Amino acid sequence: MKKLLVLSALAAMLASGTALADTSGKKIAFSNNYAGNSWRQAMLDSYGIVTKKAVDDKVVAAADVFTTADKEVPTQAAQVQNLILQGYDAIVINAASPDALNGAIKQACDAGIVVVSFDGTVTEPCAYRVVVDFKDMGKQEVEQMAKFQPKGGNLLEIRGLAGTSIDDAIHAGILEGVAAHPEFKIVGSVTGDWDQTTAQKAVATILPSLPDVVGIVDQGGDGYGAAQAFAAAGKPRPTIIMGNRQDELKWWKEQKEKDGYKTWSASIAPGVSTLAFWVAQQVLDGRKDIPHDLLVPYLAFTQDDFEAALPKIKEGGVATHEYTQEDAIAAIKANIKQ
Amino acid sequence: MTAIVPGTVPKSSPRGSGARARMLRSLLPALSLALVLIAIAWLNPRAISYFGFNLMLNLAIPIALATIAQMFVIAGNELDLSIGTFVGFVGCVTATWLRDAPLIGVAVLLGSIGVYALLGALIHLRNLPSIVVTLGMSFVWQGLAILILPKPGGKAPDWLLAIMSFKPPYIPFPILAALIIAAVVHFGLMRTSYGVILRGSGGNAAALRRAGWSLLRTKIVLFALTGLFGVLSGMALIGITTSADANIGNGYTLLSIAGVILGGGEFVGGRVSPIGAVIGALTLALAASPLLTFMHIPPDWQVAANGAILIIVLAARVLISRRER
Repeated sequence: MKKLLVLSALAAMLASGTALADTSGKKIAFSNNYAGNSWRQAMLDSYGIVTKKAVDDKVVAAADVFTTADKEVPTQAAQVQNLILQGYDAIVINAASPDALNGAIKQACDAGIVVVSFDGTVTEPCAYRVVVDFKDMGKQEVEQMAKFQPKGGNLLEIRGLAGTSIDDAIHAGILEGVAAHPEFKIVGSVTGDWDQTTAQKAVATILPSLPDVVGIVDQGGDGYGAAQAFAAAGKPRPTIIMGNRQDELKWWKEQKEKDGYKTWSASIAPGVSTLAFWVAQQVLDGRKDIPHDLLVPYLAFTQDDFEAALPKIKEGGVATHEYTQEDAIAAIKANIKQ
Repeated sequence: MTAIVPGTVPKSSPRGSGARARMLRSLLPALSLALVLIAIAWLNPRAISYFGFNLMLNLAIPIALATIAQMFVIAGNELDLSIGTFVGFVGCVTATWLRDAPLIGVAVLLGSIGVYALLGALIHLRNLPSIVVTLGMSFVWQGLAILILPKPGGKAPDWLLAIMSFKPPYIPFPILAALIIAAVVHFGLMRTSYGVILRGSGGNAAALRRAGWSLLRTKIVLFALTGLFGVLSGMALIGITTSADANIGNGYTLLSIAGVILGGGEFVGGRVSPIGAVIGALTLALAASPLLTFMHIPPDWQVAANGAILIIVLAARVLISRRER
């Protein structure tokens, strides 16, 4: 009788399949270095929705969010160290710097903590990185631009936050795209900090000194501001690549209805935070085959499908996608194949 | 508090109450540090251990050094708004040239201390407000840092990593480092005769000039010392983070000023305290991060809570100062 019980218990364990270890007692912390724009707010919202359900379903014991007061690296390094002391099993992190947090990340790994970074990823080898191919996104911007402006011409580039890896990668992609399309020439570059107001001010300042511009390549969160600056200066409206923000897509819709204005929109989905969460959960679950670098696609909208997405985005928000555990397992599988 | 009601005999002599106020004032930084530590111990007992102190305080070393740097200019009645970006600049030099070409790295760092000395001379000779000059310099340092390291990266020299991850027996390294920094600067500024002259340049410049001391020289020395400790701060920071970022030190400007004030210093009058400044820096580092993390505040309120903690800690200091008058 006893033997039978043991056997059936074994069978039950085998039947449960993918769950190698139980994660219901595990605690996952989210270290975030900035919450002050629409993208980050959407990121936190998505994360909150998905993790609350995961905690209610007893998939994990806790999923707490910690945001630093400033964008500074040392503050976040201190925060990671405190999370180690708090005894979390995994840390999901959107890092202030790809390299400068490595000291703290290594300490976390040494303490046996699983670290999964996304958006602002970290280079420390022991951590996992959920990476969006920003370079390809930058390149694709120029490719799309070539469709709308086949004759080529002058481009204005709006950069993101200086000194960050994301800004650097998108910029590199744009340069690569321009090299492949010699009909385009970047005649000016301003820093927009992924923020409509900053971008509007920066574009308005450089506009008088620019020759005629046919297109604007940017990094998202700056397209609407650029459009406003052109309108205020009374200059002809160029093709502005958008970045999935609600105000950008709404402006695009207005322009499309007016005269069939065409452009393209792409950005990293803020919900990628939830993918990072599930990756952390999978690692805690005992999976050993997960590659440390996971490439996930960016979220893009074209002339045909952006209007369908628009009503779903919150006023002042960003288009997002919340990932499920199955999505994460599929993404891991796709990356193992490569 | 010192008002004497006519007809009653004051309980203690004015001199005695002054000494008591001074005593209270020098004890206050230690008191606020103790309060923050007790709060942390209560919220997370696990943090009060060798390992815990190492983790909680190692990022306080660069803050303490930056605070000492700021203290020197404040001793001369000036303010340095560029110390944060300067620390970032030093960090970028440390993670690149100091590792790959140590000679150039050392030369650049010494040169930057020289620039600080020149700034002191410029501010004194042209009678310029230091806030304006150093605010301008903050953009210069930031720009240079981005030029050296356009994207985050670089690596700290191995010897620096070894120093910063040193694990002495019994006493956690950050505490040992804080003690050494406080003791060295306290001796230099409070116990040597030239230290008195340096503080005097902020306390009573006219008297010093009449006594034949060169105010130009004191200002140059104070600014050079700020540069020196700024360099030490940047190097210590990179020794901990292992790699640099052009924006890494930006938060240190205001943190260092708050540290000096919390540590019992005054903006004018050459009244500063090296020991207090170090304790002030440790308190700020602990109050801002570990305390906040352990309190489990909802994310929407965390940023505001950080500010509230800083205001409470600094307000306690102001209350005591008022009693003193």
